[in-house]
Amino acid sequence: MTLVTLAQATYVLAAVLFVLSLAGLSKQETARRGNVLGMVGMVLALAATIALALQASQRSTLATALLIALVLGVGAVIGTWRARQVEMTQMPELIAMLHSFVGAAAVLVGINSYLTEPPHGVHLVEVFLGVFIGAVTFTGSIVAYLKLSAKIKSAPLTLPGRNLLNLGAVVVSLGLLAWFVAAPSIWPLLAMTVIALALGWHLVAAIGGGDMPVVVSMLNSYSGWAAAAAGFMLSNDLLIVTGALVGASGAILSYLMCRAMNRSFISVILGGFGAEEGAAAPSGGGPVGEHSEMSAADVADLLGDARSVVITPGYGMAVAKAQYPVADLVEKLRARGVQVRFGVHPVAGRLPGHMNVLLAEAKVPYDIVLEMDEINDDFDETDVVLVIGANDTVNPAALDDPSSPIAGMPVLEVWHARQVVVFKRSMATGYAGVQNPLFFRDNTAMLFGDARDQTEKIVAALAAR
Amino acid sequence: MTTIGIPREASGQRLVAATPATVAKLVGLGYEVLVESGAGAAATFADEAYAEAGAAVVDQATAWGADVVTAVDAPSDDRLALLRKGAVLVAQLQPAQHPELVQALAARGVTALALDAVPRISRAQSLDVLSSMANVAGYRAVVEAAQEFGGMFAGQVTAAGKTPPARVFVIGAGVAGLAAIGTADSLGAQVRAFDVRPEVGEQIESMGAQFVRAPQAQQEISADGYAKPLTDEQAAAALDVYAQECAEADIVITTALVRGTAPTTITAEAVAAMKPGSVVVDLAAPGGGNCELTVPGERVVSENGVVVLGWTDLAGRMPQHSSQLLGTNIVHLVQLLTPAKDGTLVLDLDDPVQRGMTVTHESEVLWPPPVVAVSAAPPPAPPGPSDEERAANAAAAQESAGRRAKRRTIGFALAAVLLTLGVSFAPSEFLGHFTVFVLAVFVGYYVISNVSHALHTPLMAQTNAISGIILVGALLQIGSDNLVVTVVACVAAAVASINIFGGFLVTNRMLRMFRRGA
Repeated sequence: MTLVTLAQATYVLAAVLFVLSLAGLSKQETARRGNVLGMVGMVLALAATIALALQASQRSTLATALLIALVLGVGAVIGTWRARQVEMTQMPELIAMLHSFVGAAAVLVGINSYLTEPPHGVHLVEVFLGVFIGAVTFTGSIVAYLKLSAKIKSAPLTLPGRNLLNLGAVVVSLGLLAWFVAAPSIWPLLAMTVIALALGWHLVAAIGGGDMPVVVSMLNSYSGWAAAAAGFMLSNDLLIVTGALVGASGAILSYLMCRAMNRSFISVILGGFGAEEGAAAPSGGGPVGEHSEMSAADVADLLGDARSVVITPGYGMAVAKAQYPVADLVEKLRARGVQVRFGVHPVAGRLPGHMNVLLAEAKVPYDIVLEMDEINDDFDETDVVLVIGANDTVNPAALDDPSSPIAGMPVLEVWHARQVVVFKRSMATGYAGVQNPLFFRDNTAMLFGDARDQTEKIVAALAAR
Repeated sequence: MTTIGIPREASGQRLVAATPATVAKLVGLGYEVLVESGAGAAATFADEAYAEAGAAVVDQATAWGADVVTAVDAPSDDRLALLRKGAVLVAQLQPAQHPELVQALAARGVTALALDAVPRISRAQSLDVLSSMANVAGYRAVVEAAQEFGGMFAGQVTAAGKTPPARVFVIGAGVAGLAAIGTADSLGAQVRAFDVRPEVGEQIESMGAQFVRAPQAQQEISADGYAKPLTDEQAAAALDVYAQECAEADIVITTALVRGTAPTTITAEAVAAMKPGSVVVDLAAPGGGNCELTVPGERVVSENGVVVLGWTDLAGRMPQHSSQLLGTNIVHLVQLLTPAKDGTLVLDLDDPVQRGMTVTHESEVLWPPPVVAVSAAPPPAPPGPSDEERAANAAAAQESAGRRAKRRTIGFALAAVLLTLGVSFAPSEFLGHFTVFVLAVFVGYYVISNVSHALHTPLMAQTNAISGIILVGALLQIGSDNLVVTVVACVAAAVASINIFGGFLVTNRMLRMFRRGA
C-alpha cells in the first residue's frame, strides 16, 4: 500500500458518497442526509489530495502546506460569508456566481496542466476542451449573474446573425485546436480562451430573463462537464465521475425546464425569445376586454368565507419579497380551518424550484406546496385562487389559442376555480409579452399594487373580521 | 342625488330587495337609499339596521316615489300608481306571463327592468336572480322533504340493527336540481338524477349523484342554455324513466321548468306506483307543477300515502339568505348601470344584458328582446372525417412514426459504430477514463431523474459544491516549482474552495428551512 493507492481508494469512496449524496437529495426526507454525505465525501477527497500534493511537492513541503492552508482559508471565509448572508430571493444570483467560479477554475487548471505536463496528442485535446468549456461557463455564468441581479437588462440581446456568430466562434476554435495539436504553444490556447469567453458572454446575453431557469441549469451542467474535462486532462477518475454526475444532473434539470415550457432545448439556447414572436403576433399587446378590480378588504371577505384556497406564486412574489406575509396569511387561514395549498409551476421564478425555497424560508410546510400536475385537477373544487406575481404560467391562451407564442405550454388551470384574484402591479404583459385572457374572465378580479403591501392588508382585514 | 326606493313587499312575500349589507353597497355607489318602514321585518332585518347602513327609513309613498324602485315582485295596481313618470322599476316582472302589466308600465312611462329576464350569458351570471333563487329553492326542497319523510337520509348501522340510506331522485339538473343533489348527498342520501340534456351528466356526477342514462329520452344541446321541448317519442321514453325511478325512490324532487311552463314528469299512475310514505317535492309548482297531483301552494297526500308538496315559496322560506342573494344581484345590476360609480343611472340598450332585461323604456314596450346566444354553447362541429379518411390518416401516422423510429435506430447505430471506432484509436489510458465517464453519466442520469421538483434549487447548489471538486486539480498543481503555475493554481484553488464551502453551506441552510406541516 502506497500513499497513491490509499488516495485512489479514498477517491473511490468519495465518488460513491457523491452518488449517494445526489440520490439523497431527490426526496425531502433524505435531503439533509444527502447534503452531509456530500460534505463527508468532499472532506475525504480533499484530505487524500492534500496528502498527495504534499508528497509530490517540488518545493518545500511546508511552503506548499502553508499555501494550501491559505487558499482554503480564503475560500472558507468568503464561501461561508456568502452562504450565510445571501437572501433566499437572491439564490439564483448566488448559484450563477458559483457556476462562474467552477468555470474560472477549469480554465486556470487547464492552462496550468498545459504548462506542467509534456505535450502529447490526447492530452492537448483534453486541455483544449477543458479550457473551452470552462471559459464558456465562466462568462456565461457572469452574464446570468448580472441579469439575475438586475445589474444589466434582462431583455435578450439580439445581434444580427447571432447564430452565425456563435457558429463562427466554434469553427474558429476548431481551427485553433488543429493548430494547437500540430504545433503546441500557449498562443492558440489563449486565443481560443478569449473566443470562448466571448462566446459564453454572447450565448447567455441572447437569452431573456424568463428563460433563466433553463440557462442556470444549463450552466450547472456545463460546470460539471468542465470538471469532467479537467479530470481527463489530469487523469483523475474522481473528477471525471463527479463532473459527469453534475453534468448529467444539470442536463436533466434543463430538459425538465424546457418540457415545462413546451419549448425545445435548441430554441432556448439560440435565444432571442419574445422579440421575434412579439413582432409576429402584434395583437398580443392589446387589451381583449374589461377587467374587474377588488380591494384587499373584499379579498379578505372572500378568503374568510372560502373552504379551499390555492395560491399560485410567481417571480413577482420573489421580487416583492411577499413570501412572509403570504405565509402569515396561510397560517391565519389554516387556523380558521380553510384548506390552503400552493400550486407551483415548474418554471415559476428564475431558478428551478425557486418558489419552493422561498416558501420554505417563510416556514410554509412543504407538504402543502404542490406541483402543477398534482393540483391542476383540483381547481374545479377550489373556491378561491390567489395568483401572486405569476402571469404566463396561468395563461389560458397557452391551451386555447394556437397562435399564441406560448401555445402548448402546460399551465396552471386556475380559471376552473370559482373565483380567481390576480395580484399585479398593473395591466402590463408578462415576460413572454403575451396578453393574458385570464384577467378578463368573469370569475377573475385584479388586486393592483405591491404584492407585499396588499397581502399585509388582507391579513389585517382578516384579523379584524 | 338619485334615490333608490326599497318598498315593503305585499303580504305573503317574506323577501326584501335589499339587506343592510347591500344597502351599504348601494350607498357606496353614490345613491341615496329610501327603505320603507318594515320592509325587512319578515326577513329579520330591522329598520334600525337599515338606518345604520346609511339608508333613510320612509313611508310607502316615498319609497315607491323614488327615482329607482327595486322590488322583489311585480307591484299591484295601487302601488303601480305610486310610481313616478320616468322612474326605473327593477323587479321580477314575468313579462311573458303578464303582458297587461308590461302595457301598464309603458303607459305610465316607467322604464322597467325584469330581474327574471337576465340573458343566460356568463357575464350576466352575477345578476341572475333566477339562479340565486333556484339555488335556495333546491336546498329548501330537500329540507322540506326531510321534514315529511319518516326516515333518516343517511344509512345507519347501530347495535339495534341497520337502516338503509334514503333514495333521492332528482329530475332536471338546472341550478335548483344541482343544489338539491348537493344537499341530499351531504345529508347522506343515495342520489340519482336525470336530465333531458345529456351534457349535464358531468355536472350531476360532480355534485355527488348518479346520472341516469337513457339516450332514447335525451336530446341535444340547446343554443340558449334552456332545455327544449321534447319530441313525442322522447317524452314518452322520459316518462317511462321517471316512473321507474320514482317507484324505487323515497324522495322525488322534480324541477323541470321550460320557460315558465311545467311539463308533466310524474303522472298519477307513477305516484300510485310509489311506496307509501315517500315524498314528492315539486319545484315547478309556480308553473303548474310537474306532478299531476300537485296543487300549487298546497300539501297533498295521495291515496297510497305519498306526500306531494307544491310549495311555491321555497326561496321565501329562507328569507334571510334569499334576500341577501337577491339584494346582491340587484347591487350587481346597479353597478352595471352606474359605470362611473357616481350615483347616475345610465341605461345602455346596446349592451345585450341590459337590453335583454329591459321590458319597457319610457313609453315604449321593448319586450321580447332579441335572442342572445349563450357563449357557453359550442360552435357547430365541423363535419368529421369519414371512417375511411380516419383510417387512412391513422395508417399514414403509423407509417411515418414507423419511419421515424427506423431512422432513429439507424442513426443511433451509426453513431455507436463511429464512436466505437473513434474511441478504439485512442490510447488505452484514455479508454479507461472514458469508460468511467460514460458510466458516471448514466449513473447521474438515473440518480437525478426522480428528484422532486421542490428540491431543484438545493440540488443545484449541492451539485455546484460538488463540482468544486476541481479543487483537487488545483491543489496538486500548487506544489509546482514553476512560480506562474503556483500562482495560477492558488487562484484556481481559492475560487474552487469558495464554491465548495458556499455551495454546501447554502444547501444546508435551504434544506433546514423545509419542514413538514403539523
